[in-house]
Amino acid sequence: MPVSRDPDPMQPPRQPFWTRSRIRSAIIQVGFVALLAFFVHFLLSNTMTNLARQGIASGFGFLENRAGFDIAISFLDFGRNDTYMRAFWTAVVNTLVLSVLGIALATVIGFMIGLARVSPNWLISRLAAVYIETFRNIPLLLQLFFWYFAILRPLPGPRDSLDLAGIVFLSNRGLYLPKPLLDAGAQLGLAALGLGLVIALVMARRARRYRAATGQPRRVAHWWFLGLVVLPSSVWLATGARLDMSMPELQGFNFRGGMVVLPEMLAAILGLSIYIAAAVGEIVRAGIQGIDHGQTEAAQAMGHTRGQIMRYVVIPQAMRIIIPPLTTQYQSLAKNTSLASAIAFPEIISIIAGTTMTQTGQAVETIALAMLFYLTVSLFIAAVMNFFNWRVTRLSF
Amino acid sequence: MAEATRPIPTNAPRAVAGPLDWVRRNLFPDWRQGLLTIVVSWLLLRAVPPLFDWLILEAAWTGTREDCVAAGGACWAFVGARWGQFIYGFYPPEHRWRVDLTMLALVASIAVLFLPRVAHKGWIITGAFLVLPVVAYVLLHGGLLGLEVVPTDRWGGFMLTLVVAVAGMMGALPLGILLALGRRSKMPAIRIFCVSFIEIFRAVPLITVLFMASVMLPLFLPQGFAMDKLLRALLGVALFNAALMAEVVRGGLQAIPRGQFEAATAAGMGYWKMMVFIILPQALRTVIPGLVNTYVAIIKDTTLVLIIGLFDLLGIVQAGISSSAWLAPSVTTTGYVFAGLGFWLLCFGLSRYSMHLERKLNTGRRR
Repeated sequence: MPVSRDPDPMQPPRQPFWTRSRIRSAIIQVGFVALLAFFVHFLLSNTMTNLARQGIASGFGFLENRAGFDIAISFLDFGRNDTYMRAFWTAVVNTLVLSVLGIALATVIGFMIGLARVSPNWLISRLAAVYIETFRNIPLLLQLFFWYFAILRPLPGPRDSLDLAGIVFLSNRGLYLPKPLLDAGAQLGLAALGLGLVIALVMARRARRYRAATGQPRRVAHWWFLGLVVLPSSVWLATGARLDMSMPELQGFNFRGGMVVLPEMLAAILGLSIYIAAAVGEIVRAGIQGIDHGQTEAAQAMGHTRGQIMRYVVIPQAMRIIIPPLTTQYQSLAKNTSLASAIAFPEIISIIAGTTMTQTGQAVETIALAMLFYLTVSLFIAAVMNFFNWRVTRLSF
Repeated sequence: MAEATRPIPTNAPRAVAGPLDWVRRNLFPDWRQGLLTIVVSWLLLRAVPPLFDWLILEAAWTGTREDCVAAGGACWAFVGARWGQFIYGFYPPEHRWRVDLTMLALVASIAVLFLPRVAHKGWIITGAFLVLPVVAYVLLHGGLLGLEVVPTDRWGGFMLTLVVAVAGMMGALPLGILLALGRRSKMPAIRIFCVSFIEIFRAVPLITVLFMASVMLPLFLPQGFAMDKLLRALLGVALFNAALMAEVVRGGLQAIPRGQFEAATAAGMGYWKMMVFIILPQALRTVIPGLVNTYVAIIKDTTLVLIIGLFDLLGIVQAGISSSAWLAPSVTTTGYVFAGLGFWLLCFGLSRYSMHLERKLNTGRRR
């Protein structure tokens, strides 16, 4: 039987090989990578030429050199004879302290605003709405400027400072607070407080497990009282009951003693937390309203009070909705600490991308260092919050 | 438990209508809320009248710094005296009509966007999208059609805020769409590039990107190839926001049912034809509220350009209150209140528009 020379109608017509999808995809990708490589090479070679022309050596060797500047706010010991490397770490710690304080305060204010927003009290709910719409729609940088240049800087000098019961003083030099001086006994007392906290937490956890297993509630209030009050205070009393405070006192033109929160730091914390709290409040409101009203009605039918319904029924479920966008807001707060450089708070941008870059001319390295820092912080926050999310989304205790 | 065993109340139900009932239900539902209402009302009565006095009654509306210091309230005279600078920056006064004309063109395009029923709306918007940047460049920068060149370092104030914001939005959207498509691409090389681009730009603050644009970009370019400072900032803003937009657009792409892709392929469409005519129109429609929220963020972020030495609205206000002619605490506060009000109106208006859109777009989907 002669084989037909006609094309088989069941076979697709012959195509040129470059229109076949796998080959075309490979060609596009190779082309894309080649273009990218060429572009990167172009940028790098230009950078090398430009740096060589300006006489700047590339690399991170400059980090070992003497910095020669002071840092007004530092939680590490830093002097002008330290290296750029130490300046970097000082800036890292400053940024982290600001982020952590900001996140803590923003969470507290934000949850309060979010709960107020769903309050049955019309006045409270309206006020929370005004708070959210005001602070959410004004640029953060403007708010930082406002707190710093319009509120804190024009405050009276230390001689006429605003004071609270003669203990806390607020002036244009900052917020002066008493500083506890911990002797050995007080330190032991603090250690006992930590131990008591651990004991109370363990007992509370056991009670929770017992309730989950048997359905019977078990009181733990006395464990909290023992752990947080009786144990530390008895240790402290037994060791002599001494607590010395260093009080801020006006001497000459400024305060001596105590501890100070400088205006830059105060403005940065206030601005960041108030701004992010507006977004957190909105997230909390959305989370609470995202819980089916049937849950609330069922709890009401069982005779629970409004506070109990919120605490045991609505909030635990709402957390599952709240945490993912909350993570974004925490990351945003950590990134926004960079704006504090505009009000002279010594964080990564002002120390590394500002002073260090101006002094050394190492633009590429300093900006890369700053970006690497923020990248690490963002990833870290995402990891922590993902863990927390995993904790609240799994069903068992 | 006490609640549950209480006898059922037998007296007649209370009135359930009228303002008095509203007050009782919303302000005094129980004694705790009632106490809260009273305390908060008292605080408001203490706080609001002085604020009103400061803003309006005791404010100095005209005059000089001395009048403001004497008045004891807000210093609106400062805003009046610097109004031209706040709006146009250092743009030469005799050429300000060019800025006005550009703003008019912008407002007209936006008005078309807002109007519910306009013939060929899509084409008009697309045309405006393509033509507006050219018109704005020719009018604002000049050098063509016999218009005198106004270098970008003379631009400033509200006008610069608008330029940065609009350029950021217009540049970021197409880039963001490409990045979002690339992130979902089946080609690993393109996907990896897009994912790393998006994730890196989302993890770092805008300031570092602006620093990169203003300090590192000149190093990247060949010698003698100078790029305008404003243009570098715009590039930084656009790249940064493209990464944010890409994530919003990706959300829209993920919401498109698989059947749409399959139907388009079955109809013999290629990748681009399918994306442009079938997928993107639906995806972008669902994410319009998200895009508008990103626009609000972009407007707020424009203030950061002052850190690299451009004078946007906040930058010019900041410069004004630091000038020796107007140095006074009330001027400082008034300046920030004014700038804050300007940004607030823009951002609040846009976010309300986004909510309105969300409701409007939902009508077809509501079950």
